[in-house]
Amino acid sequence: MARIELNNIAKSYGSVEVLRDVNLTIEDGEFIVLVGPSGCGKSTLLRMIAGLEPITGGEFQVDGRRMNEVPPRDRDMAMVFQSYALYPHMDVARNMGFSLEIRKAQKEERSRKIADAARTLGLSSLTERLPRALSGGQRQRVAMGRAIVRDPSAFLFDEPLSNLDAALRVEMRLEIARLHQRLNATMIYVTHDQVEALTLADRIVVLNAGDIQQVGTPLDLYERPSNKFVAQFIGSPTMNILGIDQAENGVKLKDGTLLKVGSEQERRRAHELGVRPEHLDVVAEDAAHMKGVAELVEHLGSDTNIHANVPGVGPVLVRQHGHYPLRAGEAVNIAVDLEKSHLFGVEGQRL
Amino acid sequence: MNALRQTSPWAVAGKYLALALYVAFALFPLYWLAKIAVTPDKLIFSEGTALVPSRFTFENFQTVLLQTDFVAYFRNSLIVSLGTAAITTMIAAAAGYAFSRFDFRGKRLIIALMLITQMFPLLMIIAPIYKIVATLGLLNSLTSLIIVYTAFNIPFATFLMQSFFDGIPKDLEEAGMIDGCTRFEALRKIVLPLTLPGLGATLGFIFTAAWSELLFALMLINSNDAMTFPVGLLTFVSKFSVDWGQMMAAGVLALVPSCLFFIFIQRYLVQGLTTGAVKG
Ligand SMILES: Nc1ncnc2c1ncn2[C@@H]1O[C@H](COP(=O)(O)OP(=O)(O)OP(=O)(O)O)[C@@H](O)[C@H]1O
Ligand SMILES: [Mg+2]
Repeated sequence: MARIELNNIAKSYGSVEVLRDVNLTIEDGEFIVLVGPSGCGKSTLLRMIAGLEPITGGEFQVDGRRMNEVPPRDRDMAMVFQSYALYPHMDVARNMGFSLEIRKAQKEERSRKIADAARTLGLSSLTERLPRALSGGQRQRVAMGRAIVRDPSAFLFDEPLSNLDAALRVEMRLEIARLHQRLNATMIYVTHDQVEALTLADRIVVLNAGDIQQVGTPLDLYERPSNKFVAQFIGSPTMNILGIDQAENGVKLKDGTLLKVGSEQERRRAHELGVRPEHLDVVAEDAAHMKGVAELVEHLGSDTNIHANVPGVGPVLVRQHGHYPLRAGEAVNIAVDLEKSHLFGVEGQRL
Repeated sequence: MNALRQTSPWAVAGKYLALALYVAFALFPLYWLAKIAVTPDKLIFSEGTALVPSRFTFENFQTVLLQTDFVAYFRNSLIVSLGTAAITTMIAAAAGYAFSRFDFRGKRLIIALMLITQMFPLLMIIAPIYKIVATLGLLNSLTSLIIVYTAFNIPFATFLMQSFFDGIPKDLEEAGMIDGCTRFEALRKIVLPLTLPGLGATLGFIFTAAWSELLFALMLINSNDAMTFPVGLLTFVSKFSVDWGQMMAAGVLALVPSCLFFIFIQRYLVQGLTTGAVKG
């Protein structure tokens, strides 16, 4: 059990600044997911929490105690590496029990905990195998097992599922969610995959180029992104960003169409309009805000993605629920859900 | 799939023929060594080019073992080679680990210096080395040989060990440290077992190099009781004749420890110990 506090945490390698001014409080038992594009510093932040990377600025506290200089072995945190990092010369049981072995736990206790973890993860029949004789998914489970036998105060995951195929990923995701419910431990989870982020997280932290962009619940980020970056990063397919001009009692799309959105004060600083594909609708001609031509239609079964080109406005992606009978080359009339669209300022901030 | 796997019998035969030729080519000198060693002296010149001698004898071995100083040379060589291999590998392993895992000031400089030492022909530095060893009063001692061999082998051995450490993912040690190890414990319990092939290869390489070294041994050792085997071998060459049979018998005997050593370390040389550690 641990409450983790990051106060003005910074990291630089020589003159290269990788993380700046990270402030975050993680409550005991909370599931936090770190997301962001490649190279934004997610792994670095996680490794600083684990103690594998020196912290070059700010203070890191666990339950109110400063931990900056505490070596990894005394931080009581378990980590699951993206590469799994199983000890190749030890069998599955010893891999999972290694931390107990190092801490000189009683033999019976050790075997009991290993057996428990193996049962939870469906590895009971594999305990005598070496890692090289396991499949990718099984290795992943062993890596998880190594973390759970310890009963640590916090779990750290660095893209633990990124090497698995899609089906296994979904299964392991549920496994991790179940694990969190059962253990109720603090978990910090790094991923690129926004489905993982949205389904697992109590709160999501969006990082970009070393800065925290926004911290919030999945729904917060979806409905109230604090800026254009978050708006485009969360949600799939990506939000449409349309250029606008200011007008008397609304904003004008580049083709001149007037949309009545935002308060007057917001409109005065508005620079772009963001609308998610699911908040655009194909409608009859007289109700349309935009008239375009479908360039590509993707039939996904549950949804239909219509990539349209609207003269004067540019490419627009519309998502229709279910199967929508439309073919490439046909005309589409698109209506904007004005309630659910966002205005962004020149710097990308949401108004 | 099947079409790809099925190779024509001709290709297989050709492959084995090529391998057989290569093996024969590589082993022929060894065969010749052994052959002459068991050929009676009288026949060496009369049927010199016959592949199999008409009579065998172990007389040469007997003479070498009982009537020459061969056993002493052999023991000296063993001490020098084992000493050199052990000390060099220990130092090289420590240095290689540091080069592989840490960033420190002067690292590039040290690497450059180590490379430079490998560029000089040994002949150029024989005289200064002799001078140094003489000043230290270490001439005619096995210690001097161990020191000199160690010094000359460390750079290469260090690069070799570094490449083995580079092959072990850093994640493994970090996982160990998170599991509760100190850095040293992680090194001992996780990295070391995985480096055994590397240590074996380095030990073997250095052992063989020291075992057959002649130049320094010739320069630094004069007294008979500190001679190593390669120097001792030259005593079979007298002013007027060469005792081929005995020399070859001694050569065969000298191969024994090398072979034993490689048999002993070969199970550590088996690669692939790290497979399964990481994926992707
Ligand atoms: N030793 C180092 N020296 C200099 N820069 C480094 C070093 N290690 C990492 N970086 C830089 O730090 C930044 C953050 O790296 P990090 O591994 O945390 O990214 P990430 O968010 O985990 O990316 P990914 O999603 O690809 O794993 C990167 O831009 C990287 O180039
Ligand atoms: Mg990363």
